[in-house]
Amino acid sequence: MNKFVFDFEKPIVELENKIQEMHELAADGKVDISTEIDQLEEKAEKLRDEVYSNLNRWQRVQIARHPRRPYTLDYIERITDSFQELHGDRLYRDDRAIVAGLATIDSVPLAIIGHQKGRGTKLNIFRNFGMPHPEGYRKALRVMKLAEKFGLPIVTLIDTPGAWPGLGAEERGQAEAIARNLFEMSTLRVPIISVVIGEGGSGGALALGVTDRIIMLEYSVYSVITPEGCASILYRDANLANKAAEALRITPTDLQELEIIDEIIDEPVGGAHHDWDFVASNVKKSIICKLEELKKIDIDELIEERIDKYGNIGFFDED
Amino acid sequence: MANWFKRTSDNLEGSKKRELPEGLWVNCKSCEAVLYAKKLERNYYICPECGHHMRLSSESYITLLTDEGTWKPFEEGMKSQDPLDFRDSKKYTDRIAASMKKTGRNEAVQVGEANLDGHEIVLAVMDFSFLGGSVGSVVGEKISRAIDRAIQKKRSLIIISCSGGMRMQEGVISLMQMAKTSARLTRLAKEKLPFISVLTDPTTGGTTASYSMLGDLNLAEPEALIGFAGPRVIKQTIGQDLPEGFQRSEFLVDHGFIDQVVPRLELKQRIAEFLLLLTAKSPSFKSVSSSSEKEGGSTSED
Repeated sequence: MNKFVFDFEKPIVELENKIQEMHELAADGKVDISTEIDQLEEKAEKLRDEVYSNLNRWQRVQIARHPRRPYTLDYIERITDSFQELHGDRLYRDDRAIVAGLATIDSVPLAIIGHQKGRGTKLNIFRNFGMPHPEGYRKALRVMKLAEKFGLPIVTLIDTPGAWPGLGAEERGQAEAIARNLFEMSTLRVPIISVVIGEGGSGGALALGVTDRIIMLEYSVYSVITPEGCASILYRDANLANKAAEALRITPTDLQELEIIDEIIDEPVGGAHHDWDFVASNVKKSIICKLEELKKIDIDELIEERIDKYGNIGFFDED
Repeated sequence: MANWFKRTSDNLEGSKKRELPEGLWVNCKSCEAVLYAKKLERNYYICPECGHHMRLSSESYITLLTDEGTWKPFEEGMKSQDPLDFRDSKKYTDRIAASMKKTGRNEAVQVGEANLDGHEIVLAVMDFSFLGGSVGSVVGEKISRAIDRAIQKKRSLIIISCSGGMRMQEGVISLMQMAKTSARLTRLAKEKLPFISVLTDPTTGGTTASYSMLGDLNLAEPEALIGFAGPRVIKQTIGQDLPEGFQRSEFLVDHGFIDQVVPRLELKQRIAEFLLLLTAKSPSFKSVSSSSEKEGGSTSED
C-alpha cells in the first residue's frame, strides 16, 4: 500500500497492517483467530480515537494539506447534479489555480468557485499548487458578478496555501485583485457562502471568503500566515512551525471561539481523505441548509449584515 | 560562553531600533550624503541632496498635510488586547508596551478630522515605528471608524499607508481586518464621498491588499516599496534577483495600479486639487449621477 502516512499515524497503521495480516492468515480457515482480530480491531479503534482527538495544531495543518484530501473539483463532482466550468478573467488569461463555473445542487442553480490544487507533481504545477495569480481572483469576481446579474447564489470553496508570490503576480496587481474582491464581495446582491475545505491561507483565501456564512471542515485551517512563514519571521526559524501553529490558533474550533465562523462540518476520523463521499455529502447538506436560511433574508438586510459581521471582528479596549 | 557574541532577542530594544535618526548628523541611505539632522527634519526627511524620501512619523504627516490648528484626533485611547494570548520570543503585550513607550502613541494609526487647504477631511495616518505599522484589531477598527466619521460628517477620506501588513500576533483576527475595512469602504463609496489613498514606503501585504489599493485615487510617494508579497519572499520563490525598481511606486504606475507618484512636499497641494475636482458637484451634472445610482442594476420598489 502506498499510503501517505504521517509520523503520528504510524502506530495506527502498524496495527492496521497487523490486523490485515491476521485476516489473511485466517482466510485459509486453518486457525480460528477471530477473537484476537476482534480484540485488535477494538484496540485500533481506541488508538485512532486517542490519536485523532489529541492532534496538535501543526498535525492538523498536515492533515489539511494531505495529498489525498479531496479538492474543489472532487467536491464539485460529488455535490452538484451538473457543472459547467467557465474560463478566464476576460483581461489576461485563465488561472488554473481557481476553478469557477455554474452548477445545480439538488436542482438549485448557483455559481461555484474554488481554489484548485493538483495531485502529483505534474498536476500541481498545472494548478500552481492552488496559489492564484491576480487573474484567478479576477475570474472569480467575474463569475460572481455573473451570478449576481442572474440572481444565482454563490458558493466558494477555499483551499490555498496563499496567493502566489511571484513577479508576474505583482506586476499584474495581486494586491489590487485581492482588495477588489474583498470590496466587491461585500455588496454582492445574492447570498454567498464559503466553505474552507483545506488550507485557508491568508489574503489569498480571504479573496474568496467575504461571505454571509463561513463554514469550515473539521480538519481545515484558516490563518493570517502559514505557520512556517510565521515561524521564520517571528522565531527566525521555519522549523518552529509547530510552535507557530499553536500560537496562531488556526483550527475551526479556534475560529468558532473567536466568533468568526458559523459551522464546523464533520469529517471521518483521521480526515476527509479516508472517505470522500462522506465529507462531500456533509458539505452538500450544509450548503443546502445555509442557502435555505439565507433565502429568507431580504437582500439589502443581508448585505448590511455581511458588512457588519466583519465590522464586528476585533478585540480592543477603549478609554 | 559563545552567547556573549550572540544577540539574544531580549537585550535589544528601543533605542537601537529607532526609526527617526538621532544625533546631529544623518547619512542618506540613497546617496550617502551626510546631512544635518535638524535640517533634514525641517525638510520632512527628504534628502536635500538626492530627493530620497525617508520614513516620516505620523505626527509629521499631520503637520505637513493639515491646516494649522484644525487637527482633531479621535479614538486616541484605543488600545490592543491580546486575544490569542500570543507569545513568540516575547509576549505580544510586551511588544505593544515597548512600542507605546518608544512612540508615545497607543497604536499604529492616528485618525482625526482636519482641514486640508480648507477642505474638510477625515485623515488616517499610519506609523511604521509602531510594530511595523502592522494592522491588528485597533488599526482595523480605527480605519473603520474613520470611514464612519467621513460618512457621518460628509467629508472626504484620506489614508496615508505605511505598513508591513497584517499583525501576526492577532492571527486570523488581523486577517479579517482586511475584509472589515474593505467592506466598510463600500458604504463610503455609496455616499459618493472621495477616498484618496496615499501609499508610502513601505506598504505591503494585507494592507495593500485591502484599503490601501481601494482609493478612488491611489497616490504614492516616490520610490516607495508597494506590493503584496515582500521582495524577500518573491526572491525565494523565483530563485533569482528581482529586477531594478521592482515593486517601487514608479513600477506600479507603469503597471497601472497607482494614479500618480507625488513628491512629499507636493502632496498637500495635489490632494487639495483633486478634492476640489471630486467635490465640485456642478449642479447640472449632479442630477445625472444620482439618477443612475441604483445599485447592481436591480429594479427599484417605487
